[in-house]
Amino acid sequence: MNIIVCIKQVPETTEVRINPETNTLMREGVKSIINPFDMYAIEEGVRLKEKFGGKVTVLTMGPPQAEAALKEAISLGADEAVLLSDRAFAGSDTWATSYTLAAGVRKLKEYDLIICGKQASDGDTAQVGPGIATHLDIPQVTYVKKIEEVKDKTIKVERMTEEGYEIIESSLPLLITVVKEINTPRVPSLRGLMRSKQAKITVLGVKDLDVETANLGLCGSPTQVAKIFTPPARPEGEKIKGTAEEIVVKLAEILKREK
Amino acid sequence: MDYLFTEEQKMIRDLCRQIAREKIAPIAAEYDRSEKFPHEAIKIIADSDLFAIFVPVEYGGTGGGVLDLSIATEELSRACGGIAVCYAASALGTFPIVLFGNDQQKRKYLPDLAKGKTIAAFGITEPEAGSDASAIKTTALKKGDHYILNGTKHFITNGGEAGIYTIIAKSDRSKGARGASAFIVEKGTPGFTFGKKEDKLGIRASITSELIFTDCKIPQENLIAKEGMGFVVTMKTFDMSRPGVAAQALGIAQGALDVAVKYARERRQFGKSIASFQGIQWMLADMATKIEASRALIYSCAKMIDSGNTNVAKESAMAKLFASDTAMQVSTDAVQILGGYGYMRDYPAEKYMRDAKITQIYEGTNQIQRNIIALQLIREAAK
Repeated sequence: MNIIVCIKQVPETTEVRINPETNTLMREGVKSIINPFDMYAIEEGVRLKEKFGGKVTVLTMGPPQAEAALKEAISLGADEAVLLSDRAFAGSDTWATSYTLAAGVRKLKEYDLIICGKQASDGDTAQVGPGIATHLDIPQVTYVKKIEEVKDKTIKVERMTEEGYEIIESSLPLLITVVKEINTPRVPSLRGLMRSKQAKITVLGVKDLDVETANLGLCGSPTQVAKIFTPPARPEGEKIKGTAEEIVVKLAEILKREK
Repeated sequence: MDYLFTEEQKMIRDLCRQIAREKIAPIAAEYDRSEKFPHEAIKIIADSDLFAIFVPVEYGGTGGGVLDLSIATEELSRACGGIAVCYAASALGTFPIVLFGNDQQKRKYLPDLAKGKTIAAFGITEPEAGSDASAIKTTALKKGDHYILNGTKHFITNGGEAGIYTIIAKSDRSKGARGASAFIVEKGTPGFTFGKKEDKLGIRASITSELIFTDCKIPQENLIAKEGMGFVVTMKTFDMSRPGVAAQALGIAQGALDVAVKYARERRQFGKSIASFQGIQWMLADMATKIEASRALIYSCAKMIDSGNTNVAKESAMAKLFASDTAMQVSTDAVQILGGYGYMRDYPAEKYMRDAKITQIYEGTNQIQRNIIALQLIREAAK
C-alpha cells in the first residue's frame, strides 16, 4: 500500500499571534513543529505500512526549513520525503496550497491513500485536505477516527461526526483527514533518528511541477482576509434526564413546542 | 556543563527525555501504587531501539557503550526510577553474554534482547549471600552434557518478567569463590520457577522476585566462559553496570531537584515565593552542585570504560557511591523544600526519596563500594 501523508510545519504555540495590520500569522521567534494533527496522520500511515507493506511518503509545501518537519516524519517511520519549495509558492491560501500539493502528489504517481491531519493548528481551516482531493478528482472522507478494513481496491473507514459516526466504504485511491481519536502517535526510534539524519529530501519547485503559475502563491489565492475573530462558543445543549418513559414524554413536548 | 556528546549520544539523550516526559511521567505514580510490571513503558522503550544500545552491532544492536547506557538510564530515571531499573536490569543481565559469551550464545540471545522482544535479568543474590556473594549455595553440577541447577536466588530485578537469566551458581562446592560459574537460563526451562514477589519501599514499578531451581536441567552450551569463572564474570559485569546504577541515582536526583525548583518558584509564604529565601536557594544550589559532580564522575568513568580501559573497579565504585549518596540526600532535601506537601503521595517528591534509597543498597552496598575503593588505593600504594 503506497501512502502519501501531507503535513504542515506550524509554530509551536497554543496562542497564535496575528499581525493586526496584515492579518497574517506572526511566526518570528517561535519554534516550529509538525502540526499536531499531522502526527496522527503520519502514525496511521506508518501503521498501515507495517501491516500491509508498501511505503509512506511525506509531502509538504513550505520554506527550506520545513525540511526539519519532513526529517522528523522519517524518524517516526516514513520512508521518503518531498518538499515543495519555491518563492512562487509564498503567500498561498488554502486553495493555492491544495492546488500545489495536488501537483506534488501527481508527481509521485503511484499511491493508494493520502492522509492529512484534520486541520492545522495555526490556520485552523481544515480546507487543504479536501482541497487536494478535489484538485486530484479523487474521493475524500474527512474526520476519520478508525480504519476498519483495507482490501485490494477498497477501504472501509469510520468517520466521526458530531452526532456519532458513519461507516463509509470507498474505492482507492482515497484522501482521508484524521482526528486525534485514530491512534496514539509513537515516539521516534533511535534507528529512525539516525536514518532521518542522513535522509535525502527531494525538493521540487515550480519548474518540476505541472502547474499554471497564475494559480500559485499570493496571486493564485482568491482568499482575502477581511477580519479575524474567535467565534463565540456554542451554548451548551439541554440534557434531558429521567427514566426512558419520562425522557420520551419530555422530548415529545419539546419537539411539539419547537415545531 | 557540556560533556561533548557525539551526535548519537545527543539523540539518545533527547529521545529518552521525550519518552520520560511524554510516556513515563504520566504513568509513574500509577505503577508506583499498583506495583505492576510496566509492560506499556517497556514496549515503548523497546520500539525506540533503546535496548539495542548495549548490544554490539553484529548482534543486532547499535553498539553503544556504557556512556550511551548511562545517558539513557539517567533520563528515564528522571521520570521514574522503577521503570528505568527494569530497563537497566536488562542491560545487567545482558552484559555477561556481551562480555563473556561465545559467538553461538551471542547469536542466539543478543538479537532478541537488542530488540527488547525479551528482557534479561541477572541472578547472584541469595537469602544468605548478599554482600558476601561467595557464600552462594545454589549449585550447578555437571551431569553428562548438561548441568543440574538447585537452589534459590532472591531479590532478582525483572524476576518472572525476563525471558533470559544469567545465573551464578557453584559448579564445584569444594573450591569456594573459584567454584562458581555463570549460566544462561531461559524462562520456561523445566525446574525453573518463580517464588515470592517482594513488596518494596521504592522502585515499585519494577518486579523483584525469587528464582527457584529444582533439578533444573540446562545444556552445557549455556555455560558462560569457563567453569570457575562465575565471579570474574560477575565482577567484570558489575564494573560495566555500576555507572548505570549511578546514572539511575543521578536521574532520580535530577528529577527530585526539578520538582523542588518548580515548587520553590510557585510556593508563596510570607507574601513571597519561597525561592526568594536564601535558605531555600542555598539548599537548591548544594543539590545542583552535587548532582553535577555526580554527573561528571559518572560520565568520566563511562568514557574510561568505553575507551577500553578494563581497570575501572575503583572509578565505577566511586561513581556508584557518590551518585547514590547524592540521590538520597537531594531527594530528602526535595521533600523538605516541599514541606508537608512533599510528604504526601499526591506530590512527586516522596517517590524520588523512596526510589533513591535502593541505589545505596543494590549492586553492591555503598559500604562494599568503599571497600573496593580502599582496596584499590592500598594496592596502588603497595606497587
